[in-house]
Amino acid sequence: MIRVVLPAHLKNLAQVTGEVRLDVIGPVATQRLVLDTLEARYPMLLGTIRDRQSGRRRAFVRFYACEEDLSNDPPDTPLPDEVVGGREPFIILGAMAGG
Amino acid sequence: MSGVRVLVGTRKGAFTLTSDGRRDDWTVDGPHFGGWEIYHLTGSPADPDRLYASQSSGWFGQLIQRSDDGGKSWNPVGNDFAYAGDVGEHLWYDGTPRPWEFKRIWHLEPSRDDPDTVYAGAEDAALYVSTDGGQKWTERTALRTHPTGGAWQPGAGGMCLHTIILDPAHRDRIYVAISAAGAFRSDDAGASWLPINKGLRSGEIPDQDSEVGHCVHHITQHPSRPDTLFMQKHWDVMRSDDAGATWREVSGNLPSDFGFPIAVHAHEPETVYVVPIKSDSEHYPPEGKLRVYRSRTGGEEWEPLTAGLPQSHCYVNVLRDAMAVDTLDPCGIYFGTSGGQVYRSADGGDTWAPIVRDLPAVLSVEVQVLP
Repeated sequence: MIRVVLPAHLKNLAQVTGEVRLDVIGPVATQRLVLDTLEARYPMLLGTIRDRQSGRRRAFVRFYACEEDLSNDPPDTPLPDEVVGGREPFIILGAMAGG
Repeated sequence: MSGVRVLVGTRKGAFTLTSDGRRDDWTVDGPHFGGWEIYHLTGSPADPDRLYASQSSGWFGQLIQRSDDGGKSWNPVGNDFAYAGDVGEHLWYDGTPRPWEFKRIWHLEPSRDDPDTVYAGAEDAALYVSTDGGQKWTERTALRTHPTGGAWQPGAGGMCLHTIILDPAHRDRIYVAISAAGAFRSDDAGASWLPINKGLRSGEIPDQDSEVGHCVHHITQHPSRPDTLFMQKHWDVMRSDDAGATWREVSGNLPSDFGFPIAVHAHEPETVYVVPIKSDSEHYPPEGKLRVYRSRTGGEEWEPLTAGLPQSHCYVNVLRDAMAVDTLDPCGIYFGTSGGQVYRSADGGDTWAPIVRDLPAVLSVEVQVLP
């Protein structure tokens, strides 16, 4: 079970409160697999985290876990054991910017 | 008595304003999608309970929302706006080639007779259509791949397709306008396109007779005169009486012929409304006086409408999709400002009053007359 923290706008869009808990099915839990699983459960999030065409992280979205910025990790990099074990959340957030 | 619902898109959410046919007392509902930019919120002419909203943000991209109950509840529908086939290139501001890149939907135009069919105008310029209530979007590629497309350049606000007119008389005729490519017409439901910019004069481009490159801000049409079009260009108010084949300037005695919106009275096809803005470098009304100008002669002769509008220290802007007319008698006129006011006139523009004063900056205003 992987815990995912969404930014407020995406919580509202997905109509969830608190953390999202995902059972990720696959040999190795990666950023890509977590996001695929998240979007499969909440299809309204398609395109809001990753570009619909390129599949790349949107420029103003960041991924944090275990006090590390994982945003620029290759999407198939295994996630930290603490995230895979559910001891730490995988945090998706909007970059700090004006407006 | 009929009711009226005004649909307002703002920088930070959507609002609906409702009243009875007197249009004096209003109920304000919102924000919906708080914190998101709502470039356009509009209703189906075939089913007033079917609404569509273009919801976007710089962080989380583009969503399309649909309501089937007049805005009481909303559901996200499809947001996969893919450029079909070869993406190709257009010109960037500095004249270098740049691949088309989807940024947002500026305008949604529902079909006149099918609530599930809706067109969408994109930045970078492209025309999409959905025939299943917004779930799936298909590009009408002939526009983006028009032979002139490689020469299109963005205006200051981006290379946006902001105007879509589905002709009421010719079923397969569509007009679109793109900043800063110009106006185009299709007579075969989008299978092919003709630039319709003859007669436009744009000091921003070197060749005044250029087929494209004109910064058209908005176009409108009265359904009883489908071949007559009125255009607010970057500078100049223009008129065509031959379905866009040729244009002539009708700015006449306007204090400034720069502006964004243009609208036609619901029952008088020669009565036209604009909101003059001082200049393209000063996006506010001349002399700090917010004035709607009305022509009852199809242009050239304009009168200021000021009753109820601020006539001192007013420095708001009114954007291209932020003016609408209702079909009641007398005709109601509505517009929203960058200062968050939405004004209404229930007497064809003679007098005005704010419905709301403190919304976020208004991006779009549409109005529905409800049974």
